[in-house]
Formats: sequence, structure tokens, C-alpha cells
Amino acid sequence: MNKFEYPVLSIRNLNKQFGPGCNHCQNQKESTLIKNYCPVCGTVYACQDISFDLYPGEILGIVGESGSGKSTLMRCLYFDQEVTSGEAILSTYEHGERNLFQESPQRKRYIRNHLMGKVYQNPLLGLKMDFTSIGNIAEKLISAGSRSVEEMEARGRELLEYVNIPAFRMKEAPKNFSGGMQQRVQIAKALSNRPPILLLDEVTTGLDLSVQASVLDLIKYLQREMNISMVVVSHDLGVIRMLADRSMVMLDGKVIEQGLTDQILEDPQSPYTQQLVHSLL
Amino acid sequence: MENILTIKGLAKSFTLHHLNRKIKAIEHINLSVKEGEFIGITGKSGSGKSTILRCIYRTYLPVQGEIWYRSKKFGLIDLAAATEREMVYLRKHEIGYVSQFLNVMPRTTARELVQQSIIEMGDSEEFAVKETGKILKHFELDSELWDSYPSTFSGGEKLRLNIATAMVKRPRLLLLDEPTASLDDASKQKVKVLIEQLMKEGTTMIGIFHDLEFMKDLCHQEYNIQQGESLVMTNS
Repeated sequence: MNKFEYPVLSIRNLNKQFGPGCNHCQNQKESTLIKNYCPVCGTVYACQDISFDLYPGEILGIVGESGSGKSTLMRCLYFDQEVTSGEAILSTYEHGERNLFQESPQRKRYIRNHLMGKVYQNPLLGLKMDFTSIGNIAEKLISAGSRSVEEMEARGRELLEYVNIPAFRMKEAPKNFSGGMQQRVQIAKALSNRPPILLLDEVTTGLDLSVQASVLDLIKYLQREMNISMVVVSHDLGVIRMLADRSMVMLDGKVIEQGLTDQILEDPQSPYTQQLVHSLL
Repeated sequence: MENILTIKGLAKSFTLHHLNRKIKAIEHINLSVKEGEFIGITGKSGSGKSTILRCIYRTYLPVQGEIWYRSKKFGLIDLAAATEREMVYLRKHEIGYVSQFLNVMPRTTARELVQQSIIEMGDSEEFAVKETGKILKHFELDSELWDSYPSTFSGGEKLRLNIATAMVKRPRLLLLDEPTASLDDASKQKVKVLIEQLMKEGTTMIGIFHDLEFMKDLCHQEYNIQQGESLVMTNS
């Protein structure tokens, strides 16, 4: 059948290992690794052969236990870490003909600043805590090439309003804010360059329920109003169920299951996913 | 009339890894549904009625068989083998599913819930606002409730909202999984009026109902499922 739509982001065979690898683990990975760890040379295979497509306006969920490689995957996608091997194609970059992972650091910076946004679980990683909130947004806009103070201020104001940070607190530093507010400033910052792709890594973890609901609301709203494609990582199945139409389950650095989110929750196939779903409150 | 849905040799079983067991749910299911038809499925509880609907909606992954659906967008497509993205599209635009349970975003009001499902289909906000008012009124959901959160609703109110949300999208194929199970007679009557209206508009429906009288009144064709195996036509 003809394809009826084309992905904005395609990841093929992404691998990320920490450590050199040795004869023992490189030859027969499956049998010799303990989870994702080689007992001989101590290499950790954090992401193994991960492939997926992200479609326009879609939220793709990634679930899995701590240490399953979710965050490493996200860091690789945002070039926070170098991949060991693999391919990433972005349809809006160079007509989708270049492997992002093989671009120069300079080009990677360009892609980060212009075509992607990321929200970290820990706001310390995504924000400069001592800068003003609006200054944080300006920082991203400057790296995306903006030079007009007026424009940046207007854009910053608009975005902070969008994520419900009151106007009279815009010039305050995020360190004075609650966790939920920091997370919303982070989202505003990530959105500032109007990225077609947003990466969200455990953005609601550690927030209380009402704040979590407001962040989830915001994410849904962004998808609906701005048609942004998002990859949402969470270990919370409830969050994934609310947000994602499709999901992947990761374990020990591998994608062990993927499907429609409700299908994964109602009819999980692999032993681990079944265990995970049965642990749901 | 052409068949809109043809199920051939459908089977579903569940492998429970922690018990090391395989549970058979349905086997050898064949069914064809013509466009605009209302099909009712009856059978004892646990006989696999819901499983059939869930396989069509792909909440369950069938282990065997084909589910050919005539889609407006894709033409003839096997739902058992369609890609996830195709299913996402079909769920948004062509196939609806109503169960007894309401699943909503936290802090989304009843009004927003219905509006969003219309906007998701690509209709304008203006249209969504109008349609939402109409359908909520039809189900006599107290207008004071429109802007409150469904998690605070009574069982009957939740259910009516659930049905309203699915029906407002006017899907081509609507799967009804005991949507009236806990409704009182007056509410059932309202669901019935809406089902009849959808039938008039040409929506094809497959339904499981607790209330046989209710179902017999509406459906063109009734099938009985016997212990997970084969559907037997009971009347027409």
C-alpha cells in the first residue's frame, strides 16, 4: 500500500554503548550480556538497535524502567551525547537527505537551536537558574539567530503567558519558582524557536498531581494548537496513556514492544510489559 | 449493498507469561456486515463478545484471521494487519468505540472533551461549539455540568457523555460495547433515539447489549457466540 503520510523524524538502528566493548560481548551480544552490561569488559550497551518513526503532530510515548535507556536515547536525539552508530533523518532538514548524527558539531548546534526543543526532567539542565525567565528564553532565541531585543521580549512575554507564568514574574529567576513553574518555563524556552519536534524527558516526574495535570494540559494543547510532534518519555503509564497514541516499551536498552498505547496496556505481549501493566495502580 | 466489514477466521488468545498459560478467547469467528447495518452480538458473559469488538478496534492484537474493512481513506484494509498509524487515523476519523468506561484527561471539562473530539477530526472550532451544545442538550446533560469535570459525574452522566463523545464524530463504523449497561430506562431511550438517527445517516454499527429487548428493537441481524467459537445467526 502507498504510504499516506511521511515521518518528520526517522531513527534507524541507533546504538549507544559506554565502554570499548570486547570480543566477548561484541560477537554474541544476546547471550553474554547481563541485562545490558558485559561482565568481561564492563561495557554498558545503553541503546541497542533502536528504530522508530515520528509522524507530524504525533505524540510518541516511551515507557520503561529506570536504566532501560530511555533518557540516553533522548540525549542522543538532542546530541547531548554522541551515538555509537545509527541514523537520524529529519524531513525538514536538507530535504531529509542527511544523517543528523554525522553532521558537524556546528550543524548539530544549528539543528538543536532551530529545529528541536527539549525539556529535561531536571530543570537545572534546561534552564539557567540565575537568569531571568524571560532571559532564559532570549538565550535560546539568540542562539537561533534573533538579534532584536524588542522582538525577543515580545516573544518571551507571549510564550510565558502561554504557559501561565504571570507577567509580573517574568523578570524573576527560575530558582525562585516552584517545580511546576520551572517546568513550564522550560517548556516555553523549548518552544521559543517554534521547533517542529519537541523531546520531553520525564517532564512530570516529581510534580504533584495538580501541577502534573496542568503540564499535561499544556502538552496536549501544544499538540492540538501547534501541531508539534513530540517524543514523550515517562515511566508513568498513566501519563503515557493520556498523551500518546502510540508507544514503545524499553527494557535493557532495547525496544521490546511497540504498538497502539491502549493495546499495550490492555493486551501487552512481552513478559516485562505484562508485569509493568499489572503493576499499574 | 457492499460489505463494509468482513471477518474471516478470527482468533484471539492471551499468553499470560507469569502463569505460563495461554487462554483462548475466541476462535473461528466469521462475520460480514453490510454498510448501514446494525449487527447485535449476544452470548454468555465471558464468551468473547467484547473480544471481537476489541480486535476490530485493535485494542487487542488478533493472533489469527483477517478483518477486512472498507475504508473511505485506504480502500479495503485488513485491520488485523494495518499499521499503527493507519489505525490511529481510522480511530480518529472512521471507527468509533463506546464502552461503559470513560477515559478522560484530567481537568478537561465535559464541553472541552466533546469539542476536542470534533476538532480532532478537522472541523472548525465554531462548528465544534455548535455540535457540542446540540449533543449535550440531546442527552439532557444538565447545562450546569457542561463546564465541570467528568470525574465528578454520576455513573449515568459519565456514560451519556461517553456515548455523546463517540457519536458526535459520526463514525462510519461504530462499535458499541454494552454502552447502556448501567443506564436507566429514560437514558436508554435517548441512546436509542441517537442510534436510530445514526442508522438513518448510514452509520454501520456492531453492538453488544445487556438488554436484549433493547437490542432486538434496533438490530437488523443478531448473532450468538457460543463459548468463544463461531457466530450463529439467530434471527433476521
